[in-house]
This record gives sequence, C-alpha cells and structure tokens, in this order.
Amino acid sequence: MSRARGDEEEYWHSSKFRAFTFDDEDDELSQLKESKRAVNSLRDIVDDDDDDLERVSWSGEPVGSISWSIKETSSSSTSSLEGRDSSLQKGSSSYAAFPKQVSSYSLSSLFKGRNKLPSFQSLSDALSDTGVKNYAPELRRPKAEYKDYSSDWSPKDTVRRMQRGKICSLERFRSLQDKLVLLDEAVAGHDGNVITAVLIFLKRTLRREILFRELEVRQVALCHLIHFLKETGEQKLLLDLLRFLDRTEEVALSQYREHLNIQDVEKRREFLKGCIGLPFSAEDTSHIQDHYTLLERQIIIEANDRHLESAGQSEIFRKYPRKASILNMPLVTTLFYSCFYHYTEAEGTFSSPTNLKKTFKIPDKQYVLTALAARAKLRAWDDVDALFTTKNWLGYTKKKAPIGFHRVVEILQRNNAPVQVLQEYVRLVEDVETRLNLATKYKCHDVVIETYRDLKDRIQLTAYKCKVERGSADEEKINSILNNMVRNACFFFQRLSSEMAVD
Amino acid sequence: MAFAGRRDAPEAPDFGILKRLARDQLIYLLEQLPGKKDLFIEADLMSPLDRIANVSILKQHEVDKLYKVESRPAPSSSDQFCFLVRPRIRTMRYIADIVNADKMSGRSRKYKIIFSPQKFYACEMVLEEEGVFGDVTCDEWSFYLLPLDEDIISMELPEFFRDYFLEGDHRWINSIARALQLLNSLYGPFGKVYGIGRCAKMSYELWRDLEEESEGDSQGRKPEIGNIFLMDRDTDYVTALCSQVVYEGLVDDTFRIKCGSVDFGPDVTSSDKSIKVLLNAQDKVFSQIRNEHFSSVFGFLSQKSRNLQAQYDRRRGMDIKQMKNFVSQELKGLKQEHRLLSLHIGACESIMKKKTKQDFQEMIKAEHSLLEGFDIRESTSFIEEHIDRQVSPTESLRLMCLLSLTENGLVPKDYRSLKTQYLQSYGPEHLLTFHNLKRMGLLTEQSAGETLTAVESKVSKLVTDRAAGKITDAFNSLARKSNFRAISKKLGLIPRVDGEYDLKMPRDMAYVFSGAYVPLSCKIIEQVLERRGWLGLEEVVRLLNGNEFSVSDSAVEDNPAWESQRVVLAVFLGGCTFSEMAALRFLGRERGCKFIFLTTAITNSARMMEATIEAKA
Repeated sequence: MSRARGDEEEYWHSSKFRAFTFDDEDDELSQLKESKRAVNSLRDIVDDDDDDLERVSWSGEPVGSISWSIKETSSSSTSSLEGRDSSLQKGSSSYAAFPKQVSSYSLSSLFKGRNKLPSFQSLSDALSDTGVKNYAPELRRPKAEYKDYSSDWSPKDTVRRMQRGKICSLERFRSLQDKLVLLDEAVAGHDGNVITAVLIFLKRTLRREILFRELEVRQVALCHLIHFLKETGEQKLLLDLLRFLDRTEEVALSQYREHLNIQDVEKRREFLKGCIGLPFSAEDTSHIQDHYTLLERQIIIEANDRHLESAGQSEIFRKYPRKASILNMPLVTTLFYSCFYHYTEAEGTFSSPTNLKKTFKIPDKQYVLTALAARAKLRAWDDVDALFTTKNWLGYTKKKAPIGFHRVVEILQRNNAPVQVLQEYVRLVEDVETRLNLATKYKCHDVVIETYRDLKDRIQLTAYKCKVERGSADEEKINSILNNMVRNACFFFQRLSSEMAVD
Repeated sequence: MAFAGRRDAPEAPDFGILKRLARDQLIYLLEQLPGKKDLFIEADLMSPLDRIANVSILKQHEVDKLYKVESRPAPSSSDQFCFLVRPRIRTMRYIADIVNADKMSGRSRKYKIIFSPQKFYACEMVLEEEGVFGDVTCDEWSFYLLPLDEDIISMELPEFFRDYFLEGDHRWINSIARALQLLNSLYGPFGKVYGIGRCAKMSYELWRDLEEESEGDSQGRKPEIGNIFLMDRDTDYVTALCSQVVYEGLVDDTFRIKCGSVDFGPDVTSSDKSIKVLLNAQDKVFSQIRNEHFSSVFGFLSQKSRNLQAQYDRRRGMDIKQMKNFVSQELKGLKQEHRLLSLHIGACESIMKKKTKQDFQEMIKAEHSLLEGFDIRESTSFIEEHIDRQVSPTESLRLMCLLSLTENGLVPKDYRSLKTQYLQSYGPEHLLTFHNLKRMGLLTEQSAGETLTAVESKVSKLVTDRAAGKITDAFNSLARKSNFRAISKKLGLIPRVDGEYDLKMPRDMAYVFSGAYVPLSCKIIEQVLERRGWLGLEEVVRLLNGNEFSVSDSAVEDNPAWESQRVVLAVFLGGCTFSEMAALRFLGRERGCKFIFLTTAITNSARMMEATIEAKA
C-alpha cells in the first residue's frame, strides 16, 4: 500500500508555493487583523486618558499650529457674514471638545527631544562665532548702499552684485554690445533671477525684433523670457516671439491653452471653434476638432437632460438624479453618462452611445468597458449579457469580449453582481490561476471546485471543503469528486502496475 | 575598495540648529515691523513654518491675526500688514490689489513683504508696475533648509522641478548655492564634491563663486560632513516613476506625506477623526519599518503587538508597589507604543485595501516587465486598458512615461493610439500635458531624437563657436534620450534571479523594488563613491549625457580617521523619493557610511506627473 501511496502522490499535483502578493486577502491580511485585534484589546486599558494624543482640530491640524489658527481666523471672520457651510458646523461641534487654548504649545511638544535644549539658544551661542554674518539677514542697510554710488561696475561685477541681491542700475548699459555682454554674463553666472532681471531691462530698452533676434541664438536666456512672459501673462508678446522663432506648434498650443481660463461654456465653445484653424500638427488638429465637437454635444445633451430631469417625467432621472453636469467632462465620462441615461436611444440622437461611438471613433475595447461599467452600475444584467453574446451563422451563441474576462469579472464584482452572474464570467477566464484566484475571492464555489477537479489538486480541493457551507450542495459535490478521484487514482495505479508487470 | 568593511555608520550631525536659525531670523524680521500686525502666509509656507515655529511665538512678536494668502481680500482692521510669501508674480498682484484698494478708500497702513527664501527682481517689477513699489517694504527670510528628520533636509521647493526641467528657468540655482554655502559653513568644509547633471554643475559653480568671497574661516575646522554628491533628477527619471513598495514610500504614495507628517483619515484611525502624525526617526514603530519592504512589515507589527500584549500582561501578578512603579515608569511608554502600533496597523490595512482594489499586483508586474525589457506588447496593452478604465490620470501618465523612458521613446503607432485614448479618457486639454512631457523627454515618439538633431545643427550653424556649445546643452536638457536599457545593462540594474529574492534579508538595494531593480540614481552614487570619482564609468557617463564632475578641495585636510569621511550629503535637484532614501540607507549600513539627504522637495511619481499638467491661471 505504501507504494500505492507514492504513486498517488505523483498523480496529485502538488499545491503551488505562493509568494506574497498584494491580492492576498487571506494570509497576510489575517496576520494584520490578528495584530489589530491584539492591539485593540489593549485599548480599554490605555484609553483612560489621552494625554499623549495630540490635540487635533476637525480639519486634522494640531491645535495651536499655524495652519490651524489660520483656518480659525478665516472661518471666524466669515461666520457672522454668511451661514458658513456645514463643514463649519460639523467642525465647531468636534472642536468644542477641546479646551480652547490659544497659546497652546502643542506644536512644540511635537519636537520632543530636540526641545529639551533651552529653546531660545541665541544665534551667537549656537554658532561658534565664525561666519555669523554670512546668514544674518542683510536688512535695513543704510540707504546709501542702495544708491548706485559707482556707475562703473563691469558687466561681470554688475551680475555678481545682482546675484547677491544688491540693487544695481542697469541704465548705463546703452549700446547693444554692452547689453548683450551683460546678458551673456548673467547667463554665465547661472542665476535665473538675474537673467530675468537683465531681460526685463532689455525688453524695456530694445525694439522687440532686435531682442528676439539676439535671443534666438541664446537659448537659455530665451527660455527665461518665455517663462517670464507666461507668468506675467503677456500673451501677445509671447505669441509674437514664438512666431518670430517659427515655433508654430507652440503658438497654437499657447493659444489653445487659454481656453482653460474661460468659464462660460458658450464662450469656451466659440473659442475652441477658433482653435481648429491653428497651426497644429495634423494629429493634434483632429484632437482639437474632437474637443470642440464634444463640448458642442455636451451643451446639447446638458440642456435636454436638465429639462427632462426637472420635468420629472423620465423614470431614470427620477431614480438616479444626476450628481453633476456633463459639461467639460472627458469623452469616456460622456459615453458612460450616455450609456447610463440614454442606452436604448436610436443612433440618430446626439446623446445615444452608438452615435458617440461613431462620431469619435471610440475603439471597441473602450466602448465595451464603459458600457459594461454603466449597465452593471444599473444592475442591468441582461444588457451585460447582450454585450458579450455573439451568434454565429448557425445560431449558436458564444461569449466573446475584446477585453479579458477577468476585467469583466472585476467590474461586475465592483458593482455587487450576484454570484450567479459573476460565476458565468469567472468561468470564462482563460488563465487557470487567475480563474482560481477570482473564483476563490468571490466565492464562486462551483468554478473553484471544477477547476481543482480539472487540475487534479486533491489537497486544495480537500482544503476548500472548509470554505463551503456544511451540508450544502457544494460540499457534496466536493465529496463526490474526491471519491471519484480516489477511484481514478486506484485505477491509474492498477494500470501502472499491470504495465510494469508486462515489462 | 574605498569603503571600509562593516563598520558602524557615523551618526548624523545635529540639524536642529537650522531650525533655530530660521526661527531667529523670522523673529528678527517680524521685529522690524514693531507693533501689532496681521500676518498673511502663503499656503505652501504654512507647513514648513509649522515645523519651526508656533502660534505663540508669532503672538509674542505682536502678530495679531493670521490669514492665508488667497484671492479673497482681507476684512481686517489692523494698521500693519505683513506678508510671508514665496516670490511669485501671482502673489505680488494679490498684495498690490490689497494696497491699491486701501489707497482708493483712503485707508493708510504699513505693508511689509517677507520673501522666502529670496526675492526675485521680477516680483519687484510687478510691484513697481502696479504702483505700490514705495508703499511696501521688502525683506528676505533665508529659510532655505528645513530638516524633516535626522537625515533629511528639504528645501520645500516642489516648483523647482517644473521651473527647471520644463521651463528651463534657472531661478532657484542661487537658492541652492546658498543652501550649500550654509551647510558647508555649518557642517563642512566638504572635502570631496561629486556631481552629475547640468543643474548640479551650475549650482556647484555658483556655490564656489559665493565661497570665494567669504573664504577664510573654514580652514582647519573639523568637518561633520566630508562628501557631497549632487544629482539632477533627469539623470534618473525611471526610479522616481516606479511604484514604491517600501513602507514609507507606500505611505507617501497612498496618503501623501506633507512636510514630514501625514494625515491619517478615519479609515486608518478607525474613529471619526483624522490624526496628523509626524513620521520620523523619533517614532519608535515607524523608524523600524519605514525602510522595510511592505511584505516584511506585517510580521514586524504582529511581533510587536504580541510583545506589547506580554508587557501589559505582566501587570497581573504585581503587588501595589510594583504596580506603582509600572504605572509611573513604563505605562507612558507602552501607551505611546500602543498608539503608534494601532496607527501603523491601520495604515497597513488601508494600504492593502486600496492596493488590492487597484490591482496593484498586475501593475507591479507590468512595471517590472518594462524595467527588464520583455513582454513590451503585453505591458503596452496593460497600460492601454488602464487608460480605458479611467483608473487614474497620473497613474496612466506615469506608466506611459515608464514605457517611453525604458524603450527610448514609443513606437509612433503606439504613441498616437495611447495619446488618443488618454485624451478621450481624461480630457482633451491634456494635449498640453503631452507637449510638456515631450519637451522634458519623459514621453517621446521614437523618431523625435533625429528631428531634434536636425534643428540643432541648423541653429548651430548660425552661431559662433562659443555659443554653440551652450545651445547643444540647452537642447540636450530639453529632450534627451534616456538610454535606459544600455545603462541598465552596464550597471547591472536588473539583478539576476536565482530562486526567490528574500525581501526580509535584502542582499542589495534592489529590495526597495521587490528585488526587481536597483535604483539607477543610487547605483551611480554607490559606484562613484566606491571609485572615488568617475574613472571607469566613462561609458555610463556618456549614456547619461555627461556633465559629471568630481572635485577634491586640496585646502581641506584629508584625515581618514575622521568620521566625516564616511558622511555623504546626497543632494537631489528636482526631488528625491523615499525609496531612494531607503536604498541609500541600506547601502550606508552595508558600507558603514551615513547618508544625509538634501532635496529640493520630497517627490514621488504622482507629484512629478502633476507638475507637468497645465492648470488654469
């Protein structure tokens, strides 16, 4: 019999070693849960006074911290003016629990250890007298020092002085030659602040074409000017500069960027319409075109649906009131919306999913993912089924998906699909390991049992018995398979030994 | 090998002095405006300020009310306004509006602007243009360096990344040079300086320049930090874009650590309130798990909670006296530990829950394939599906950038199709984002390199020889090839797998990415320190587009017995991730040296991607 045992073991595949994964709910997490229980069980011993806990206000800032008191001033100063929103009320109740200590030192208590030192060691104590003046602030210098008492600084010295934060008049750099030397020195000095300062001066004292021309061969300085113009919002000059440099794509992008600042949707749509003609690459032009078309659609859908919703006639809007407007949402969000509220509409209407799919050439994969998510959210399992069912010419139906079925399962599961629905798709997952994982995770017992049966993994199958309900059909199924398997194993063994006998 | 064998790493110098300096200077500046005043603080200065001062310190110096700088004008009756701000055009206009509104209504007040860390000429120009130049006084608060932890100093300048790498603006280089000068004068002189990257080089040069003027007092001093390594973020974008799996990195990716502290929401605290927690070496639980791979964290926490349980249980057999002792001596510590344990367990649970939902496992698998360079098709379709499902705009971008960086650009067909689907999923305005990413070389089409060279040579013809070099440099910085695959091969960044990688007993820095990849940035630092220079790394340097340097200060005494020889200041220009810190801390333990991190800001993939997105003005 001992030999039979050995053979049997050979027949049974061994359970695979399992490494740590972030999917492992069972092993690692249970360890964590155990620790948590242990720690929590101590809570009542510990929680009698909370003196170690930091006092934290409703917004999470430690009371007495600067960020906290700023919120205090801002909320108290407005609370009388207007009924502050609910956050204040919520806040005031929980923060009343703390004794109000304006001068609380809770912040300093955070620096335990460090603070044991006499807290106000002076500057001179702290430093062994050397180099103090290096970082003592240069403040309140005598007025005279601000004055440009020497107008003979060389370009290099001028740049150096400016790097050290000293004010220097640049007015004496009047010839183009001098200006350019100054600029080159600034660039060579690596301090962007000074480079920009010199550029501001050049911008003021040179005709723009000349400035542009000189910057074309001074890339570092050019970057600084472009950044400066972006920050100060001198859009017109920026565009002139980019055009001068023949950077047409940047001209287009820079103009397109302005739409971000337009709040009004009608104005935004008009603006986007104007962007279509800008010198984008062919590829980007079509993106801009799509952007415009999308917003145009959204405006129509929004107007329609707002009307529908307020009229209260449409069941779907009554049952699931809209949480936000669809304006300015991405295409996929719009598609989701339309799969949610307008799934059955004919292709002719702007709000129908098929129309969106066609207009924007949405790939199958993306369409199916989005439609699935929307229909699953509504728990419209028949729609889900229809999404994946294909008929061949003989009339046989088959489940097909442009995405992996594990994805389908995941989306369904997230929408709390019942096990019967889930099971059907778990079964279709091709990779055995993934299928097993998913089936175990979502308690699709049938699928687990069948898979282990196909894998001939008796150990796992036996182990799985404790996961199913006692006396349930599932348990029975496992038992019958196990019995069957033993019979099979015996048969296998018999055949093996007879073959050996022949040898 | 220059590294001494297993020696204990030296302690980090005490950086508390930096906080005191900043606080003292701020107090000095506030006193320059005697009398009661309202203080307006820029939003992103609030958390750094919180770390060095508190409300009562401000109150002691006659700050009456505190406001956040925002677009809403202030309804205040104070006679003096003080603005504590970053040097930004937008903020200048906000201040000018307040001043001008006061002028219109005949209200007279004193105004003072304190710029941190420095003033920009462009800001003064705006004040001048708005006609308020003489009405406000300006000062600088040289708050360059905020120590976030024993070994982390941050400049808290996240905008450096976009300003330098996208816009090509050198405005922060002066601040960096000054920060180096300050550190050098307090903890140096640094005997050895290494670096790679254009910004690193420029910062170094400007710093040297500043030092020349204040020369004299550093000689003969015994340094606390002996080596410094400067690195531009664009030397290694790949590492910064990977999903983090060491605990601190995961906490940052999941909850966003802000200025050294994190807000744990109700899902972590299992109560109805949020708790703000400082995460640093003083947290006895956190300090032991921060550098660990996430999979080792559970075991540690459960061990820890068992110990805690046991310690509480001891109390049962105690008599009154023992009990008294227990309560007075141990209970407080135990309670503290209990609180920390339950927070970190809660955080782990929440991370697990979130990551399981996002099929993190599959994403990590795709990332590893990209790093190793196989199954590119499969990874591409994973990314495609990620986009189609609208999982997360920044995550999708991140994966596309990883694909582009590791493959030296996307095949044009893939580029077009991914871009189109991205715009459909997350909004057409991201057209601007794609343009930005292309400029930075983060997401490119495979032919881009050639067209660029054409422009480059065309422009070069127009200029004199002297300027030509600069132009080439400028082009290089705008969009360079990443050459990741070749560099990875040269430096052996993908460890050869023989059997399971034991994440609990890491054998190299690859453990911070589950044993799949040694972070490039850290590998470069390791190699250069080991060789005490770039000798033998010529090919790697070429692939990294050059700009490497290595300087020994001959004036600085080179005493191998000094601990400072084994202290390295690693400077990340453009941000450093917690994974990189964990990797270098590991290296430090292995080699008996101590790394101190100086970064323009703590970064991660999401922050980097967000920095490339265009927002409305």
